[in-house]
Amino acid sequence: MEQFEFNYPAKHKVPKRAHVGVAGSGDLEVLLEPKDDNTASVRIRTSVDGFKNTWKAVLDRFFGQYDRAVHIEINDAGATPGAVFLRLQQAVEATEV
Amino acid sequence: MSSPIFSREYLQRCSFIELNARERAKSLFDPGTGRELAEPFDRIESPWLAIQGVTPQADDGCIVMRGTIGGNKATVIAFNGPFQGGGIGEVSGAKLTAALDLACRDNEKGSQTSAVLLLETGGVRLQEANLGLAAVAEIISSIIALRRYAPVISVIAGPVGCFGGMSLAAGVSSYIVMTPEGRLGLNGPEVIEEESGVEEFDASDRSLIWSIFGGQQRYEQGLADVLVNDDTDRMVNTVRELIAKGVPAVHRSEQVDLYRSRIAALDPSTQWEPKQLHSWPSWSAGSLARPTSRSEGPATGNKEKEQ
Repeated sequence: MEQFEFNYPAKHKVPKRAHVGVAGSGDLEVLLEPKDDNTASVRIRTSVDGFKNTWKAVLDRFFGQYDRAVHIEINDAGATPGAVFLRLQQAVEATEV
Repeated sequence: MSSPIFSREYLQRCSFIELNARERAKSLFDPGTGRELAEPFDRIESPWLAIQGVTPQADDGCIVMRGTIGGNKATVIAFNGPFQGGGIGEVSGAKLTAALDLACRDNEKGSQTSAVLLLETGGVRLQEANLGLAAVAEIISSIIALRRYAPVISVIAGPVGCFGGMSLAAGVSSYIVMTPEGRLGLNGPEVIEEESGVEEFDASDRSLIWSIFGGQQRYEQGLADVLVNDDTDRMVNTVRELIAKGVPAVHRSEQVDLYRSRIAALDPSTQWEPKQLHSWPSWSAGSLARPTSRSEGPATGNKEKEQ
């Protein structure tokens, strides 16, 4: 298992937190919470070692479109980059409902 | 072969099995009453998985909710099948036990509270072996304490089923509800094949597996109380009815003589077909209509409730 963190600048607040997904085979759990400062932080724990660059690429793309101040925790059990992106979008949607 | 395979009713139903564990738990409560305890953002997760290279989950795969079902107070505990096969670890086991004990205390104070277990579990989580086994012992004693006051209902909807130590927990509950997709057994098919060989049990043979462990078979054998098709409305109604029905006069696990006599009547030298195990009273020795009382003086649910 590997763990790493990424940080991004952020502009806007989010109204509430969101929890989506499950740390089951090929899937991931996302916990998204509002943050008070103008930054976004992501902490990832993944069962599959050696893909830090891929995680960075997925999150760079995600935060290229999303500028909210959030702390995200990801518990990953081998999700593909596409599945990771979809779960992140689902978490964002859940904060907007 | 031109007639439609699926009825309109089938296509328009809201599947219970397709809901995730949290949605299943929530669906059982009267609208707006389900409140989650020890939820994911409390981050009560297993301390043992990460050190073994397994990603933990923030709720440890166990969801606890309280609210009302059909106007009656109830707690629902759901296991998340996709996470570790719904396996019981130290934390998820402690959450389940604490939820049952909380319901038990409410009953002792005079506020009747039932429990519904949504069991999607392969049993003890191997990464936490001994702690999981200890948890199963605690769970069983907490169910037995609670079932004196209010029904403890085990729902085995599928697709994981209920195996290992948690099949024992289901066995001591007041009522077992299954769907035809659900499975209930002590040793799972893969375990039997691994231990006894593929000629004894072929774990890839789905029709064989469901003919032995499946909801239909368990219902026909009298080991499940209600068989309900995969439909959320029907599941909600079934659970409501069982809560309204209250504590059974005699729990299944109290009928020791009945089940001993059934085992005694089994002749292991002949090959039994699953269908022969339906309507056990007809082939078991002696008078085996379901007993309403035991010779040792049954402590019925109602009597204990008065104490």
